[in-house]
Amino acid sequence: MNQLPLLSILTFTPLIGAILLLFVNKNSHGVLRSIAMAVTVVTFVLSLPLITGYNAPGSDIGGFQFLENIPWIAAGPFQMSYHLGIDGISLWLVILTTFIMPIAILSTYTAVEEKVKEYMICLLLLEVGMIGTFIAIDLFLFYIFWEIMLIPMYFMIGIWGGKNRIYAAVKFFIYTAVGSLLMLVALISLYFKAGGGDFSILRFYQLHLDPTTQMWMFLAFALAFAIKVPMFPLHTWLPDAHTEAPTAGSVILAAVMLKCGTYGYVRFAMPLFPDANAQFTPLIATLSVIGIIYASLVAMVQQDVKKLVAYSSVAHLGFVMLGVYALNQQGVTGGMLQMLNHGVSTGALFLIVGFIYERRHTRLITDFGGLAKQMPVFATMFMIVTFSSIGLPGTNGFVGEFLVLLGSFESGLRWYAIIATSGVILSAVYMLWMFQRVMFGELSNPKNQTLKDLNAREVAIMLPLIFLIFFLGIYPRPIIDTMAPSIDKMIAQTKVQKQVAQAAMPAAMALPPGHMAVPEAGAAPAGMPAGHPAMPEAGAAPAGMPAGHPAIPANNEAK
Amino acid sequence: METIAMPAINLAVIMPEILLSCIAMVLLLVNVFVPGKNKAYLGYLSIIGLAVTAASAVGGWGPSVSAFNGSVVQDNYAIFFKVIFIISAGLAILIADRYMVQEDCNQGELYPMVLFATVGMMLMASGTDLMVIFLGLELLSIPLYILAGWNRDNLASNEAGLKYFLLGAFSTGFLLYGMALTYGATGSTKIQAISAYVMGNPGVASNPLFIVGMLLIAVGFSFKIAAAPFHMWTPDVYQGAPTPMTAFMSAGPKAAGFAAFIRVMIFAFPMLRAEWSDLLWVLAVLTMTVGNIIALSQDNVKRMLAYSSIAHAGYALVGFAAVNAEGAAGILFYMLSYAFMNIGAFGVIVLITKKGEINGNVQDLAGFGHKKPLLAMVLSIFLFSLAGMPPTAGFIGKFYLFSAAIKAGYVWLAIIGVLNSAASLYYYLRVMVFMYMKDPTEDFEWAGATPAIAVCLLVAVGATLVLGVVPGTVLELAQKAVQF
Repeated sequence: MNQLPLLSILTFTPLIGAILLLFVNKNSHGVLRSIAMAVTVVTFVLSLPLITGYNAPGSDIGGFQFLENIPWIAAGPFQMSYHLGIDGISLWLVILTTFIMPIAILSTYTAVEEKVKEYMICLLLLEVGMIGTFIAIDLFLFYIFWEIMLIPMYFMIGIWGGKNRIYAAVKFFIYTAVGSLLMLVALISLYFKAGGGDFSILRFYQLHLDPTTQMWMFLAFALAFAIKVPMFPLHTWLPDAHTEAPTAGSVILAAVMLKCGTYGYVRFAMPLFPDANAQFTPLIATLSVIGIIYASLVAMVQQDVKKLVAYSSVAHLGFVMLGVYALNQQGVTGGMLQMLNHGVSTGALFLIVGFIYERRHTRLITDFGGLAKQMPVFATMFMIVTFSSIGLPGTNGFVGEFLVLLGSFESGLRWYAIIATSGVILSAVYMLWMFQRVMFGELSNPKNQTLKDLNAREVAIMLPLIFLIFFLGIYPRPIIDTMAPSIDKMIAQTKVQKQVAQAAMPAAMALPPGHMAVPEAGAAPAGMPAGHPAMPEAGAAPAGMPAGHPAIPANNEAK
Repeated sequence: METIAMPAINLAVIMPEILLSCIAMVLLLVNVFVPGKNKAYLGYLSIIGLAVTAASAVGGWGPSVSAFNGSVVQDNYAIFFKVIFIISAGLAILIADRYMVQEDCNQGELYPMVLFATVGMMLMASGTDLMVIFLGLELLSIPLYILAGWNRDNLASNEAGLKYFLLGAFSTGFLLYGMALTYGATGSTKIQAISAYVMGNPGVASNPLFIVGMLLIAVGFSFKIAAAPFHMWTPDVYQGAPTPMTAFMSAGPKAAGFAAFIRVMIFAFPMLRAEWSDLLWVLAVLTMTVGNIIALSQDNVKRMLAYSSIAHAGYALVGFAAVNAEGAAGILFYMLSYAFMNIGAFGVIVLITKKGEINGNVQDLAGFGHKKPLLAMVLSIFLFSLAGMPPTAGFIGKFYLFSAAIKAGYVWLAIIGVLNSAASLYYYLRVMVFMYMKDPTEDFEWAGATPAIAVCLLVAVGATLVLGVVPGTVLELAQKAVQF
């Protein structure tokens, strides 16, 4: 390996920053903030070469790149390695993380005045955990980063949170830990099934496990990820955690940490246990759709803006899961895009709620009204973000939701897609209704009549997000193109094995009718947004794919 | 003329024990002849003595050497455990002086007592004859009874000493009775001879004499490692004893109990592994669950750590129930990690307890995280390690223990184990809730740390993190230690 270990540098820059902060006087808030800000900006800049360097000519297109593999622990039956790499799926999640962090830190400049030092250290450690989770190829390493993520977030909610912060923090921690501990058991069993070797996910992809084993392991992995996503009915920690967390905590929680759950499905639960995945697809799709509808309805009746946004998160992630489980090119692409979109728009929404909370120290919808007259800049930005969250064409939300619905409609999940579509309408209802009550009407409350509009710092926080909302809404192509080959690989991985296993044991697979998620042959339907890659179907490499991209019709290889 | 076979005497095998005994006796004399109230120097001398002993013990690493006609052995397994005992004795001694001065029970005999107990533990680990193991156990227990009641002006400490003595004597009775019955059934007290006899006469497995003997031995050891339902003495003794001695008791003697338990169970009765396994399975589940559930409702930090130490014995039993090399190696690693993280946690408790205060309640820790951020961070690291969160030694230890169970096919046992871990999170987090998330209720009096305690905490926290991030070397040593 001649190149720089870019991924390691990326992961541990925040750690170095956190250690640096330990030696700064706790009362010099300015220095603390500047160092944290500088570290996250540097991390972001360092992450940019990943975009340009990924899928460079001659590389393994769509596979894991920027690989680093160093043996780490070899003792007893195990071999763990420090094995890092990114593919088109994790690339954008890493970028999302490094992009959101400076914004989150900037948002704390006035919001957090107490224990600034500890807060900044927590934020930086959180970044280490999140980046590490996305880039670990070794499952053991993944697990360690996955757990490390919990600790700073626990302190952030518990120390700087609202009234019920302790309850929310402990609930958050224990809820997620239970899931991950069961995953740990499955992970160890998986290792023993695979026999000697390392914990590399690439090695585990080659396994052919029997259906019963797959089922148990899938359940353990899926549970851990479902809690993190969170999927109905395991979502109850989320409204508490979100509502109580300080603004930066909510932003990171929504924008990045929830994605660890969906990423877990795409990277681990689905491709590792294809048969079980197929078997549980109806269940997960059902829970996703229930999540969409239920969370939307609950969001509608919320009094607290932050809680409303929290429930809208649950609904949005329902869309992500539905798209991913469509298991075709559009669906998974849509799901992945929706992850990024949700990161941008919900992150922005939490920031907006934070701005208003800082000014008024309340988040109740009834305390507001008519703010648009008093705060025009704020109103404009809030409106753009609201539209993005609803999925108005031209904003990022539309592309993602559309692809998700299209993909699931084209797959075996057609009926789910039809029901989920009502979620789109519901999201418009709760978001616009909230927007109307907060921003329009009489500016009757005297406390609201003296509110100041956004200052330069706050505008600077919002501008990059607004830019992304439009960029992803109008020209998502670069992102879709980078993801496509990796998504194909993931779909192939999830499908090829399924067919092999099916051929081997047809009797064991009692699948519900209409369930097989094989993409239909046929031309890409009209009405797709520009820049959307044509579906890889029937072996022909469609236009719009990068050269060398393997077109993966699963059935070609399955014998 | 009949020749009398002279038993092979090889003093080099028990050199560490001899050395440490001599050092302890010299220190007793020094204590008598050197006047003065300050006894801290005895602690430093003990540390030097322990270091010398450790060097002598580690020097024997390699092929096993048996001595005294197969009564004592010097093998990697024993050496690994001896290092654990020496570390726990050393760390406990480092935190002792400050506490003993504060509580006005600063008698110099404390340090030789700890050293004698350490000799006893070392004999337990290296004994291959039931009698030697028993003698080691007694040599360990008697100083411990004294140490538990060391603070003689304090009722709770007196109670701890007496309770420990009565229940300890009771459990010793079980153990000795079990050994006697086993001797009756197999005709020997040497583990190797017992093992050979059981191999040669499979019928003995159904001999009631033998079965009862075996069970009684298991009960005796279960008392020592505080496995449920033989854990009743633990909370009161741990809470009442002087905190540094509680730290010592929770790490060293527990490890010694495991050392002897594993050696007897896996070697003496290799044919009966399946039966053992079932028994240990139940013991592990009970111990984990009882320890954790009761710990959930404790307000007193020391008592909470006492119950948590019961739970930790349960985790170690999970590895034991697997009855494979991975499990044994996992226990070795876990006991080492536990010595660091638990004594470290008690070290912080020593610093924050006020004079005469036996009830170090979790409420007293309110706001601690902001007054003493560094110390609170250190305690948090220990607690996260005890809870089994990465990247700490506790996580790696649990990982190896549970994976041994999974490898042996006990997936359910591992699942019960991780669920217990999740439950334990609650009470460990609770301490942090008070430290970081509550406002202080009263003015916090701070007596300041001594250099010795600082060294102890530094070593403990360093080891907890190093064993969590780069555990490879130590894990490898643990693996080698269980290749008999």
